[in-house]
Amino acid sequence: MSTTETPVRPRASAPAPQPKEKHPERHGLPAAGFLAPFLLLYLLFVLGPALYGLLMSFFDTSLVRPGLGSFAGLGNYAEALQSAAFWSSLWHTVWFTILTTPPLIVVALVLALLADRVKRGRWFFRLAFFAPYILPSAVVALIWIFIYTPGLGLLEIGLGKIGITSPNWLGDPNWAMPSLAITTLWWTLGFNFVLYLAGLQEIPRDLYEASAMDGATPWQQVRAITVPMLGRTTTLVAVLQVIASLKVFDQMYLMTQGGPNFGTRSILELVYDEGFTNFRTGYAAAVSMLFFIVVLAVSAVWFALVRRQEKEV
Amino acid sequence: MTPLSRRSLLRGALGAAAGLGLAGCSTPVISGLSTGHEKAGSLDYWNLFGGGDGVRMTQMLETFRAANPQISLSAVTLAWGNPYYTKLALATLGDKPPDIAISHLTRMKTLVASNLLEELQLADLARYGITPDKISGTAWQAGLVDGKAYAIPLDTHPFVMFYNTDICQKAGLLDTAGQLTPLDSPEKFTDAMHKAKAVTQAYGGVVSINGDTATPWRIFQSLYSQLGGETLADDGRKVILDDAKATPVLTFLQSITAGGLFPADIDYQSAIATFANGQAGFYFQGEWEISTFQTAKMPFSMTLFPNLYGGSKYAVQADSHTLVIPKQPNVDPARLDRSLLLIKSMLDQSKTWAEGGHVPTWLPFRDSAEYKTLTPQSNYAAAADGAVYDPPGWYSGSGSNFEIVTVLGGQQSPADALAQMRSQLTHLSTTASPI
Repeated sequence: MSTTETPVRPRASAPAPQPKEKHPERHGLPAAGFLAPFLLLYLLFVLGPALYGLLMSFFDTSLVRPGLGSFAGLGNYAEALQSAAFWSSLWHTVWFTILTTPPLIVVALVLALLADRVKRGRWFFRLAFFAPYILPSAVVALIWIFIYTPGLGLLEIGLGKIGITSPNWLGDPNWAMPSLAITTLWWTLGFNFVLYLAGLQEIPRDLYEASAMDGATPWQQVRAITVPMLGRTTTLVAVLQVIASLKVFDQMYLMTQGGPNFGTRSILELVYDEGFTNFRTGYAAAVSMLFFIVVLAVSAVWFALVRRQEKEV
Repeated sequence: MTPLSRRSLLRGALGAAAGLGLAGCSTPVISGLSTGHEKAGSLDYWNLFGGGDGVRMTQMLETFRAANPQISLSAVTLAWGNPYYTKLALATLGDKPPDIAISHLTRMKTLVASNLLEELQLADLARYGITPDKISGTAWQAGLVDGKAYAIPLDTHPFVMFYNTDICQKAGLLDTAGQLTPLDSPEKFTDAMHKAKAVTQAYGGVVSINGDTATPWRIFQSLYSQLGGETLADDGRKVILDDAKATPVLTFLQSITAGGLFPADIDYQSAIATFANGQAGFYFQGEWEISTFQTAKMPFSMTLFPNLYGGSKYAVQADSHTLVIPKQPNVDPARLDRSLLLIKSMLDQSKTWAEGGHVPTWLPFRDSAEYKTLTPQSNYAAAADGAVYDPPGWYSGSGSNFEIVTVLGGQQSPADALAQMRSQLTHLSTTASPI
């Protein structure tokens, strides 16, 4: 990999002192002007609805009745915390996150390393691994429902040819979640792959050259140079991946409808079911708020980890 | 290339945005976002029919289009079950309802309670020749809410029994006239399944279990109702599940899968395939699957779901497809007329619809000689009189959570399944109704 003709890429240069820095006080107004459109939309479509949701969660609000409905106090929260459906859905979301996050980090890294080492047709591998990411969830669901179909599906027939009996991928309560995780791995791998590819370009080539001269094997280079130098990328990928996995809804709603026997209903699908199908928007808002606390807690842990990492660097 | 100045860039962007806005008016996205109906003489119709029903509905709509070229009908088919009713409710709440829509009779009551449907005036209906005395009594009565009509039932669709005539012949289950001997007790039923299994060398009968919440409920509700069992009272605010009646039904259902007479681990499509391939002599499902087996060109017939427990009083789970008019944002008599014209056209085409297996509610056709000669469809016409509709409740109705929670996990014991069913229903019944 590290050959002498590879040009050494300049690292992102340290910020040079900029002339504009002389008048920091003048930045206020134009900055606010540029931020205003975003802030307005953010207020209108994120903060406003979120606050309204918080308010709604304390009422028996119904989708089909005007107004907030009768005051429920903490009733919705108490109901959610005592409901088996809430805890099992929350567990399904967490289980999905556990199943998807490690492979989506490790496999993306491995593929990025491989694609980076390819000498010819690198564009093809980059495209091939990234391409599924641009598909809409409905298309992904259709493709994988076909692959998983019992009796006629690609996977069952393919595995049958080499003498492996397939489980009922989406129909068996024990297999449905891993099947969804496999689909998600194929679908969203491309994003992490691209982040890792970018991270790889940032590693100075001279490190490889120097280590090669000292007699390091390619595997030692990967272990001692590539992986540590990608540390920050890995943190970023992990944070984004955990958040993306916690938000899972599409695949489950489209491929299993939360089944079999609610075995793959994620917390967001519970919110959807309660809010839009059962018209119980107040209760659905309470469940959302509880989920928000979980995501907040996860983010706080990551934030602490990143802070520590930044201090080390 | 000269660098773009900020001013010209902004000007260009504004121009492009304005262009998009103008061009946008003609796109379906924008016209879908604007309120009110665009075209005069249009009619938006939503339904949830797939498979054979979907094909027949398309035929009926083509007939309507040919007879009424002045009306531009746009028909939308959405995914069956909860997704359909969720979209119908949201569209109506958002003041963009279809002019007319299909609803299951059992779901229609929730829509009425949510104030999402227009009441149908008998005088308006009469102008199109639709009068209550021309519609099957059981379905019409079941469709009234506080004595008011909100829905025109198009059919009754009971749970029925399909049987492979070749296999039943070989198993000695047909009488001299070629009719299936009645399976009117659990013992006779089990015995027939054993005989059919001996012929097929695979299974006696088959019913969809996996990844399907509705079918297990249908078979349970049919047998449980034959014992006189009821699930909910007081509009769903009270659970009156009767263990003494539900336990034998669940035990019986589990015995037929545990004994290998029925496959225990099979989904909807595989159940169809098992019956169509002759690996099972009997198949249990709503009558709509008739088209599937006709297409497969296999020797089969259909009859009433067996009366295992009912004795003289027959009962079977059923529902009706009805035509409803969602709450309209503004009153438009011409639009209502177009909707009523479509309703009448659907009723007049009851024959096409009945060929798809459904028992017609339109008496001018149901009482005709033409229907009586339509076999096997008329074999089970009596099911409409023993029809048991899902009990009213805001969480009840075809494809709703009520059906879903009563799934019989093959992995569960009858007592556990019953306990799960009771605790979930009790939870739903004590929850403040959102409608």
